[in-house]
Amino acid sequence: MKTDQLIDMLSTNVEPVQQGRLRKTLVWALVVGGGAAFCVMLATVGLRTGLTDGFLPGYFTLKLLFTLSLIGVGAALLERLMRPGQDGRKLFAFVFLPFIIVVCAGVASLVFGQPMAWGRMIFGMQWATCMLCIPLFAVVPFAALIWALRKGAPTDLTRAGAIAGLVAGALGATAYAFHCPDDSVPFIAIWYGTLVALCGVLGAMVGPRLLRW
Amino acid sequence: MDVRSSEPELRALMIAGLDGDATAHRALLEKLSGQLRAYFKGQLNRIGGGAVEGEDLVQEALIAIHTRRHTYDRSQLFTPWVYAIARYKFLDYLRRTKVSAADIPIDEAQELAVHDDSAHVESSLDLKRLLAELSPKARQSIQYVKLDGLSVSEAAARLGMSESAVKVSVHRGLKTLARLIREEKPS
Repeated sequence: MKTDQLIDMLSTNVEPVQQGRLRKTLVWALVVGGGAAFCVMLATVGLRTGLTDGFLPGYFTLKLLFTLSLIGVGAALLERLMRPGQDGRKLFAFVFLPFIIVVCAGVASLVFGQPMAWGRMIFGMQWATCMLCIPLFAVVPFAALIWALRKGAPTDLTRAGAIAGLVAGALGATAYAFHCPDDSVPFIAIWYGTLVALCGVLGAMVGPRLLRW
Repeated sequence: MDVRSSEPELRALMIAGLDGDATAHRALLEKLSGQLRAYFKGQLNRIGGGAVEGEDLVQEALIAIHTRRHTYDRSQLFTPWVYAIARYKFLDYLRRTKVSAADIPIDEAQELAVHDDSAHVESSLDLKRLLAELSPKARQSIQYVKLDGLSVSEAAARLGMSESAVKVSVHRGLKTLARLIREEKPS
């Protein structure tokens, strides 16, 4: 085939492109993924008892601050990573910030807390449930985000996969926070932090295979 | 061709094309095909690739530029967007042909726009044969809208499909073509 033939074909009946279409796709993936994670949480472990009738909202807020800040930075990064020529290098450093803060806060609260209470602070009541639920709740969001990325044209597939995994993990953790009965900063740092990071690592591993175009 | 002089021109053509101006879109693809040909030729020279592979890559990149044009952000420079696609397609080619990317220095963005090169090589791809591999809906939509030049509404009437279904079929069909072209190459 001559390239001229191909150009003829591509430039016949050129459709106008709607602006902001790509961003809409990403927002849809976040909303659908987040909603699905929440529904899976309701269907499996259910809301935390007492979430509706006057509990201390401090730790719940802290969990959401951690996960929502990751979702925010991650979504902004994904919007760049799905476009060729924009690597979002400056923004990438901000992904690590929520992790660093929550780990520092966790270490601090252990240091200033009673060594007797360390076991309870670290393992809480339901560390195993947490470990199971966050990756499970992240599955649908991850699929939705990969779908959205494939509508774009990511050129750094490992990084795009990693951020998609991280955001999916953070969406899963957000949903889990509505169930999670464990109120301690070290618990959030260790279980939330590790599991969300793990989702990012898994995303980086499968990204190149899922996102090729 | 100098990068600085062509960036505003290419970007204006791209934006006009995004708004549905077919003449501008054609002019853009023609200009880019020369630059892409020079770029891929330069890269392939280092690994001993030939002109036919180069032309395959040019066509693959052109289809990618066309089907992924909604990923161009109008507020950004155009050349880095094109360069990122060309570079991605070249690295993807290396992955497929199992040449280690580490062996080859990938050049800076300037090289894309430095040379121009006229088309005289045909790619190894046979459009008719590739089209035959598409679903009947996609094949007929592309045939009517993209090859015969019928309007979308005429094609929709002939195919008994809605206009938006025709548009979707064309878009998906072109993406499938790009995938088929990729898979055709030596692995």
